[in-house]
Amino acid sequence: MPRTNPLLLPPRHYLNNGFGVRSWLLTRDHKRIALLYLVGVTLFFFIGGAFAVMIRLELATPAGELVTDDTYNKLFTLHGVMMVFFFLIPAIPAVLGNFLIPLMIGAKDLAFPKLNLASWYIYMIGATFTLYAVVTGGLDTGWTFYTPFSSAYSTTQVVPAAVGIFITGFSSILTGLNFIVTIHRMRAPGLTWFRLPLFVWSHYAASLIMVLGTPVVAITILMVAAERIFGFGLFDPNRGGDPVLFQHLFWFYSHPAVYIMILPAMGVISELVAAFCRKQVFGYTFVAFASLGIAVLGFLVWGHHMFVAGQSVYAALIFSILSFLVAIPSAIKVFNWTATMYKGSIAWETPMLYAIGFIGLFTIGGLTGLFLAAVGLDVHVTDTYFIVAHFHYIMVGGTIMGYLGGLHYWWPKISGRTYNELLAKVSAAIIFFGFNLTFFPQFIVGYLGMPRRYHAYPPEFQLLNVLSSAGASILGVGYLIPMIYLAWSLRYGRIVGSNPWGAVGLEWTTTSPPPTENFAETPVVTWDAYEYPTEVHGHVA
Amino acid sequence: MWPGTPLFPDTASTMAHRVDALYFFLIGLTAFFSLLIAGLIIYYAIKFRRRAPDSVGARLSGGLVLEITWTVIPLGIVLVIFTWGASVFFAMARPPADTLNIYVVGKQWMWKFQHLNGAREINELHVPIGQPVKLIMTSEDVIHDLFFPAFRVKADVIPGRYTEIWFEATRPGTYHLFCAEYCGTRHSGMIGQVVVLEPSEFQTWLSSGQAEGSLASAGGKLFRDLACNTCHRSDAQGRGPVLDGLFGKTVTLQSGDRIAVDEAYIRESIVNPNEKLTAGFQPIMPAYQGQVTEEQLLELIEYVRALGTGTSLPSLRPDAGGPRPGENTPSRGGNVPR
Repeated sequence: MPRTNPLLLPPRHYLNNGFGVRSWLLTRDHKRIALLYLVGVTLFFFIGGAFAVMIRLELATPAGELVTDDTYNKLFTLHGVMMVFFFLIPAIPAVLGNFLIPLMIGAKDLAFPKLNLASWYIYMIGATFTLYAVVTGGLDTGWTFYTPFSSAYSTTQVVPAAVGIFITGFSSILTGLNFIVTIHRMRAPGLTWFRLPLFVWSHYAASLIMVLGTPVVAITILMVAAERIFGFGLFDPNRGGDPVLFQHLFWFYSHPAVYIMILPAMGVISELVAAFCRKQVFGYTFVAFASLGIAVLGFLVWGHHMFVAGQSVYAALIFSILSFLVAIPSAIKVFNWTATMYKGSIAWETPMLYAIGFIGLFTIGGLTGLFLAAVGLDVHVTDTYFIVAHFHYIMVGGTIMGYLGGLHYWWPKISGRTYNELLAKVSAAIIFFGFNLTFFPQFIVGYLGMPRRYHAYPPEFQLLNVLSSAGASILGVGYLIPMIYLAWSLRYGRIVGSNPWGAVGLEWTTTSPPPTENFAETPVVTWDAYEYPTEVHGHVA
Repeated sequence: MWPGTPLFPDTASTMAHRVDALYFFLIGLTAFFSLLIAGLIIYYAIKFRRRAPDSVGARLSGGLVLEITWTVIPLGIVLVIFTWGASVFFAMARPPADTLNIYVVGKQWMWKFQHLNGAREINELHVPIGQPVKLIMTSEDVIHDLFFPAFRVKADVIPGRYTEIWFEATRPGTYHLFCAEYCGTRHSGMIGQVVVLEPSEFQTWLSSGQAEGSLASAGGKLFRDLACNTCHRSDAQGRGPVLDGLFGKTVTLQSGDRIAVDEAYIRESIVNPNEKLTAGFQPIMPAYQGQVTEEQLLELIEYVRALGTGTSLPSLRPDAGGPRPGENTPSRGGNVPR
């Protein structure tokens, strides 16, 4: 960003429109609700991260000496529950999506502002139940709640945790519904579907999954609770239930849930690549339809979590080929992002570093998915650290890189100020290095045969686990630094104008921070997404 | 401090090389595409870096030929991987006809293995090389998963069901066996070793144990102790179906459906007999749910399998240990009503 004369914040914006606690807790402004979510997901990210730190400390030695086996089982369970349900699923949609979708489509707010606030309360109430489960004894079922262990054998706080997840599911459903209606009904004049930013397309696709998939997991989790409380014979074979039925119901949602996490991140990457290449996203329509393709196919591949669960050979083959097909739209996206860089005007700003990091890590995460879709190979690597490495490449290397990249890109819009660029670049590099050191060795130890969720392990796996633990400590530092300089920038950061990156997109046409009603007057769109003029003036306020 | 850190698992079964070949192919593919993408990104990021603050990228919005190319080529590649992975999986899912069968019961937190001659092991499994081995597995409580990294095979072990793994070991040695499905407190302690022996050593090992008689004979004893033989008579005069020669056949149910008589059906017919009643019989058999253990159920199944096969013992292949002299061979003529 070129240095310019000191600027002033606009006299009136959403952050100075009321200062009391009430003005936040009763707000209907999507931007303030996004910040409420930002506080929530950040809190749960660091709680989930603290569990991860303890897991990696324990695994630094093979004997399992640091914590007891029961404690360890609770640590990985709570790490998964916190990260999946309370961070990864809401992070990008509820923070960045909430903040940006109305701004990107030239609307004053989401279609249902009160419902949006209700979603946040539902999310926090659900989180409270789950935190209650954490402090009153924890949970040891794994985030996957496999039956009959969860429904008939575990002695931990399954019911409060399940209720928490059930409740939080409604937050996700309502957010998805709000986005779908908003995108259909509230686009600015002239903003046709094929002029929408790809961020909006990918959120639309993710919203479809939230609305259609979440009810299934909500019911499933409720069935587990019902079996525990009332003794219904749903999943416990001793009462005539079917334990594998649970896995079908659970993965019918929880596989598409991965796409709730990754599709919005892909949308962020499309925005970042376009903005820092100052160029249209190559193959816009293909990238847009790839999002929908992933959302649809995502509902048809749940059985690939169950290749060794006694599924019939033919069912396994069908789930295998459908899983391979998901690779195609994912590959299309990666190729198109890469092609977008060709003859771009590429700026090495922090968000672009995250975008490049995302593409690299998502490529590895996606390609290792092919190992798992190949049934004959999946039999060996499923339930090992190979799986752990694979899904962390997608969820951490993908979703969190996208989330942080997006947060850095839109931070000047959100706060009106910017952060220390050097610190930001250094921490992006630390995160990339720490991430790979943490998770790459897990591919190797997984193929060696180390099963996941092991509190103690054979000594010959130690070196790879020590590397992993060392990487995790670096990664942890990498996540703390942005937390500090972003918080610092809220007060002391340099004030930037409405469009510090020289990007196109409606969100950059209003002030930073935007006024409560977003736009002084409703914009009329007569251009395509990412249509750059022949030169831009990035530093103009 | 690092006692030999391997980077690749032992390969000790016929399946291991097939799985590894696919693994290496996919590593090559992953390396190729990762380096291609990373190389292009770094090259572009340097070559097309922004030189003036106001510059913008070229106007290039897409190209149909390119889109088709990078759709069709990955599609072709994944179809190849699919076919390859499927063929390996078929080999894993289809055991050869003549396997050495061993029963497995998983429980929190141990593995129990039962050889057909009656030898029992806990958390340790002895198998011979050069002989296909089939494990028929069930669980007493939650879902477990028996995993042999050196053989590249695993399968979930599910309460109320029988699942199978087969492998043919190729290299003598001692290898890990793990529980790979999280099963509670001591999940990571539900481990053991598989000892692969030369066939002759395996024979010696098998006959050295203090077996109380074969599984089938134990099943026969149980069959009499539970008075199953009062109704399931061989002369077709009993109130229950004749079981001789039934295993592997197909029976017609009261509902008109036909069902193959396998381990799962026999198990269900013992614990919950009225669920799938054979046509022509009354629902008079009591349910044995909770009255027989999973191990006893396996003994009964093995007894039913042996009934009417013309051998007094289930046939262990001659080269894999048959009936041994002095073993407590059940004399069915005397004990079982014919």
